[in-house]
Amino acid sequence: MDAARSPKLIAAHDAAIVVADLRKRYDQVDAVKGISFVVRAGTTTALLGGNGAGKTTTLSMLLGVLTPTSGAISVLGCDMLRHRYRVLPRMNFTSPYVDLPKRLTVGENLRVFADLYGLRSPTVRIGELASEFDLGDLLKRPYGNLSAGQRTRVSLAKALLNRPDVLLLDEPTASLDPDIGDRMRTYLEDYQRASRCTMLLASHNMGEVERMCDDVIMLREGRVVDQGSPQDLIGSYGRETMEEVFLDVARGRSDERDSEASPRAISA
Amino acid sequence: MGADEANALFYPQAGLTASARRVRALIRRHAYLLLKSWPRLVSMAYYPTVTMVLWAFLTIYLKPTTNFLQDAPGFFIGAVLLWDVLFRGQLGVSLTFIEEMYSRNLGNLFVSPLRLREFIIGQLTMSVLRTLIGVGGACFFAWLLFRYSIFSMGFPLLAFFTLLLAFGWSIGLAVSAMILRFGLGAEELAWAAIFLVAPVSGVYYPIAVLPGWLQNVAWALPSAHVFEGMRAVLLEGNFPWQHFWAAAALDVVYMAIGIATFALTINHARVHGKLLHMGE
Repeated sequence: MDAARSPKLIAAHDAAIVVADLRKRYDQVDAVKGISFVVRAGTTTALLGGNGAGKTTTLSMLLGVLTPTSGAISVLGCDMLRHRYRVLPRMNFTSPYVDLPKRLTVGENLRVFADLYGLRSPTVRIGELASEFDLGDLLKRPYGNLSAGQRTRVSLAKALLNRPDVLLLDEPTASLDPDIGDRMRTYLEDYQRASRCTMLLASHNMGEVERMCDDVIMLREGRVVDQGSPQDLIGSYGRETMEEVFLDVARGRSDERDSEASPRAISA
Repeated sequence: MGADEANALFYPQAGLTASARRVRALIRRHAYLLLKSWPRLVSMAYYPTVTMVLWAFLTIYLKPTTNFLQDAPGFFIGAVLLWDVLFRGQLGVSLTFIEEMYSRNLGNLFVSPLRLREFIIGQLTMSVLRTLIGVGGACFFAWLLFRYSIFSMGFPLLAFFTLLLAFGWSIGLAVSAMILRFGLGAEELAWAAIFLVAPVSGVYYPIAVLPGWLQNVAWALPSAHVFEGMRAVLLEGNFPWQHFWAAAALDVVYMAIGIATFALTINHARVHGKLLHMGE
């Protein structure tokens, strides 16, 4: 974790995202209290924590829609706070906090974002995603008429329109039934393997985290309290699942353990 | 993704052409919305047309007893149509922005490669389209029902249209900033704000009728110069260049203030986390 405070050093280790001493203060509330971490290129990393831990705040700062109080963010070697437009075309995201225009059809929405991202063949790409996300029957339907699960699939399709090198996912499968959720995870895993895309996902689904993620960053009250691979964390907490590790961290039971051993950095 | 593959799949992201492409995407998004809803299209022309009809009948009623209406029978109709250019110009900017807030789409737009200046240009372009649809409908009915063509004004009409539209844009951007700053609860401003300048714009009467101190306020508005200029064209038949240049210079100032206010408010929203969470 401390190594992340030297972005140049980490950049040499093929880091896709480097966050150094990032802080966000809203009026009297410290939402993020000086976090540092590294996400290796081509990996999937989870940002875990209870409600109010700072996950969405951190993702928002990574995307450039929220200005940090202090700290540094580098994405694909680019300083996000100064030159975000150099890297935004290579990024994308989904979040339950945003939506798409409800009166536009799914196809129209995807076409608008395909144009915003400068796709040369939007129709072809939309066709591919419609096939992969089973959206064929939905393309001509208004987005506002879709179920929550269908909207989530459309949002994921929108997030993959530009074949992003960095994909930030905030609760990507939260409203999907187990079948569709599993298919989405499989698709994201396949996409990640094929494209070597770097994914950072905030999720409360610990099964999803164990299955998809190479690394986990655990947040509590705006601080990074632990990080490592799911297997390492499960082992070091003496638990059997990430769910149990999550509960230990969320309920502060990791503090006793921390007094014995300091948090480990994600192995580069 | 390698550079060659990226070049094959994507247009270049930098430069004027890329900017124009992103602006076109925004226009496409709003055009989809407008063109699929005939009630929405009709409502855009409805209010300007009804107002025009009211003033046209008032003209018919007053014309036999009013000298200046005998000289310039299209006086009130021209005034109301030009007023609607200002109103629709402002409304076009504000409503385009409100639409993004209602849709909770600002987050998607501001994490895309879309620049703030492109977002603003998209809003202004939509304002032109909305104004042309709204006022164009009223102009058509003015010709159809009363045989009055505002286009008979010629070049001055183009000048007045442009000057009023630009002033409407600046107010529209300031109103959008207020709505972003204070939330959709301030939405009423989009409809009401423009009427603050109506009494001092001299739409239907000369600025000279205002109290002295209020005349000073009026001359600080581009709209007062435009409507004074319109009266000069209709009643005296000459184009008052001094009012044209005064309005143009004031437009530059107001546009700078409008753009700066909007940009600062977007920056404020970035600091306070409103871009991702703002919405219905």
